[in-house]
Parts: sequence; C-alpha cells; structure tokens
Amino acid sequence: MAEAVVLLDVWVSPFGQRCRIALAEKGVAYEYKEEDLSNKSPMLLQANPVHKKIPVLIHDGKPVCESLVIVQYIDEVWSDGAPILPADPYARAQARFWGDFVDKKIYECGTRLWKLKGEALQEAKKEFIEILKVLEAELGDRKYFGGDAFGYVDIALVPFFAWFYTYETCGGFSVEAEAPKLVAWGKRCMERESVSQTLYDPLKVYEFVGFLKKKYGVE
Amino acid sequence: MDQQPPIPPSDLKLLGSWADSHTHRVQLALKLKGLPFQYQEEDPLRPSAALLIHNPVYKNLPVLLHRGCPVLHSIIILHFLDDTWPHHRSLLPSDPFDRATARFWSHFADDKLAPAVAAVFSSEGDGQKAAVDQVHQNLKLLELELGDGGAFGGRRFFGGDEIGFLDIVLGCGSYWLAVFEEVMEVKLVDPEAFPRFHAWLRDFEDQREVKETIPAIDKLLEYARTVRQMMLGGVATAAAGDNAASN
Repeated sequence: MAEAVVLLDVWVSPFGQRCRIALAEKGVAYEYKEEDLSNKSPMLLQANPVHKKIPVLIHDGKPVCESLVIVQYIDEVWSDGAPILPADPYARAQARFWGDFVDKKIYECGTRLWKLKGEALQEAKKEFIEILKVLEAELGDRKYFGGDAFGYVDIALVPFFAWFYTYETCGGFSVEAEAPKLVAWGKRCMERESVSQTLYDPLKVYEFVGFLKKKYGVE
Repeated sequence: MDQQPPIPPSDLKLLGSWADSHTHRVQLALKLKGLPFQYQEEDPLRPSAALLIHNPVYKNLPVLLHRGCPVLHSIIILHFLDDTWPHHRSLLPSDPFDRATARFWSHFADDKLAPAVAAVFSSEGDGQKAAVDQVHQNLKLLELELGDGGAFGGRRFFGGDEIGFLDIVLGCGSYWLAVFEEVMEVKLVDPEAFPRFHAWLRDFEDQREVKETIPAIDKLLEYARTVRQMMLGGVATAAAGDNAASN
C-alpha cells in the first residue's frame, strides 16, 4: 500500500519548490495542498505549531518542517532513488555548508531589494551582488554545484533562479552581467523536468511581488 | 564489527574559543565518539591567518580540520563526524523522522533560543523584560516536547537514554542560562515552570564528558561580568555623548 505523502505549500514559495523538486527527482507520488497564508488551515497549524509556516511534508501522518530538513528527509527515506547528498562525508559537509549559505543569504537580502528604497536599497544591492559572486566562485566551471550530479545545493538555490528577474529589476542591476556562470547553471537546471515543471515564469513571480509591494505599501 | 585502525591525533585539529558554546559542541562530540584531536585556541576578535584561510566566508569559529580540510559550523561538523566515523558512537538518531525532528529543534536552538538568551544579556529595563519573556516562551515549547505526547516525551535525554546530537546542541549553550541568571539577576529556568527542561539540563551537566568539556562556572561568570561591564560602559559613553551634543 502506498504511504500517504502530503505537501502543505504555497505555489510561489521557493522553499516549497525545493521540496517539490526533491520529490520529483526521487519519483515520489504525493498530494499537494495549497495553503492560504492569510487563513492558515487547521492541518498546517497542527503540523507546524512552532512556526506555522510552509512547507510541511506529512508522511504517514507525521509532519516534517523546514525545507532543507524536508529535502534531507526525502533523501534518507527514498534512498533507492538518485542521491541528493553525495556519499563522501567531506563533500556532504560542503553541500550542507552551501545549502545553509543560500538559506541565510538569498531570501533575506533579496526581499530587501523589493521592499526598500534609497540608501537601504543600494546597500542591499551591494550585498546581493556580493552573494552572487561568492556563489559564482563556488560553482566555477562545474555543471552543477554537486559536480556532474544535480544535488542538494542545486535544489536549495534553483527556485531563486525564477526570482532573479524580480531582484535585478527592483535592484537596478543585471544578474547575468554580475554572475554569468550562475545564469548558465540556472538554464541547465531548467532542462531537468523536476525543475521546469516546478518553477514559475519569472514574469509571474514579478507580478506576484508587485502585488506584495501594494500590500506592504512599497513604491 | 570491522576492526578500525587507530586514528592519529594529527588527523583532526579544532580551531575554537574557550568560552564559545559552538566550540564546546564539537569538543563534546569528539570526546563522546572517542576521537583524538589537537586543539588551537583562537581569539574571535583577532582571527588568525589559519582561520581566515579556512573560513573566508564567515571568519568565525569553530573550524574542524580533517587532514587539513576545513569543516565549518558546529551542526555540520557533528553530521560530518557521524558520516566519517559511523562505527563510533552515533550522535544523530538512525531513523529518518527522528533525525528530521532533531534537526528541526537544533535550528530552533540556534535561530530562536540563542538570540533570545543573547538579547537578555545585551539589554536593560523594559527591553530586557521582553527578552526574558521571549526566553520563557521558547523554553515552554521545549518543555512541551519533553512532556507526554511531545516529540521527546518520557525520555531522560533528547537522544534517549544517552545524550545525543540535540542534547549536545541545546546543552552546550544552556549553561549560559544559569550564568546570565546570576549576572543579570533574572529568572530564566524556573524549575516550577519548566520542571522537565530543568531536570534534563541538570542530568546533561552531570555527565562526565560534559563536565570535562564545559568550563568551570566561576570562569564563565567572570567572563560574562567583564563583557556585560564593557557593554554597559559603551551605553553610558554613548548616552554621555548624546547629552553633550544636546547641550
């Protein structure tokens, strides 16, 4: 009997998308439940009482929270599929480090790019470009952050590839000019079905952020 | 079980700081796994050339060098130790759901509890009262999980009968609670409000390996008092500056 796998998520969330990509890479069938964050479901509140956030993976009734914790869980449970984390302990540590770097840096700084103006925006732009350059240097000439195999760091970062248009438009810079290898990497990832079927059109993301800007009174 | 060759102490080198709880996490983990290592004391305010080379992104501690290759962030180091020496005492649980639960709460320790505790230390008056309330709210969540129906209900330690990954992560840092209680004269771990957390912490600190790792309380108190005085001195100086400017 198939184990019940449910994902509580929001369509545009890059964190939720990490989980969707991981599940697709492993070929795991699951039920997707779209949450309305302005009206959180009892299921979400019960599954993640501490943070009340998506994504939450519910496997056989047991909830797993936080996107990178979920990705590692998926890798460990469905271990017969292609590995997400590499086998070598040192390579695994490197992958965890860069996954954590993406987690700490991209979303927080990227959010400042569309929320702030003036000096604060210029500061955020400077920081974001620096983050891109660090990732560009780490990627180097490799096909993926995992080397030849698409893996953990790629999954952690690639949802933000659909946000690059929003970040560069709001910030007044070009991601491709600052980090061409990163853009090429993003396009390579989009050739994978798990990624292309999960990410939304960058214009749709930009439209969504436009709606958020109105909501927060940013202009 | 396979016969493992003895590990040369030169294989592992830890760059750390004596009062840093993240350094203690790694020292305790190495001790529990029976792994010999060299230790190099670093001044967090004056990073050595070695630290800057091995951790250029964050320039912080601890850094574990394994045959010269750096592993960064205490939580990542603990995972690395389990991955590299799986036949030595495991730190993380073996079941994937238990591992996910332990990881979730380790992030809670670093992202919620630790900043709240730090805020108690660095604030005064109403700000400090708010920080203390925040610590209590966080401890309440852990207390619930140690209770019946909680993720760790009925256990002596988060790791079960023996201390494990989450005990190490939460425990190395929780000693600051008692230190701050004394230095700041606030109540953080009320045994009546948080009986299970209080009992767990007492049992954790009673473990031989923990006693060998965590510095003596009087040294921690002295350190905390010194830092607090420096902080308050800085506030007083700034206030004096404001007064001077407005006159």
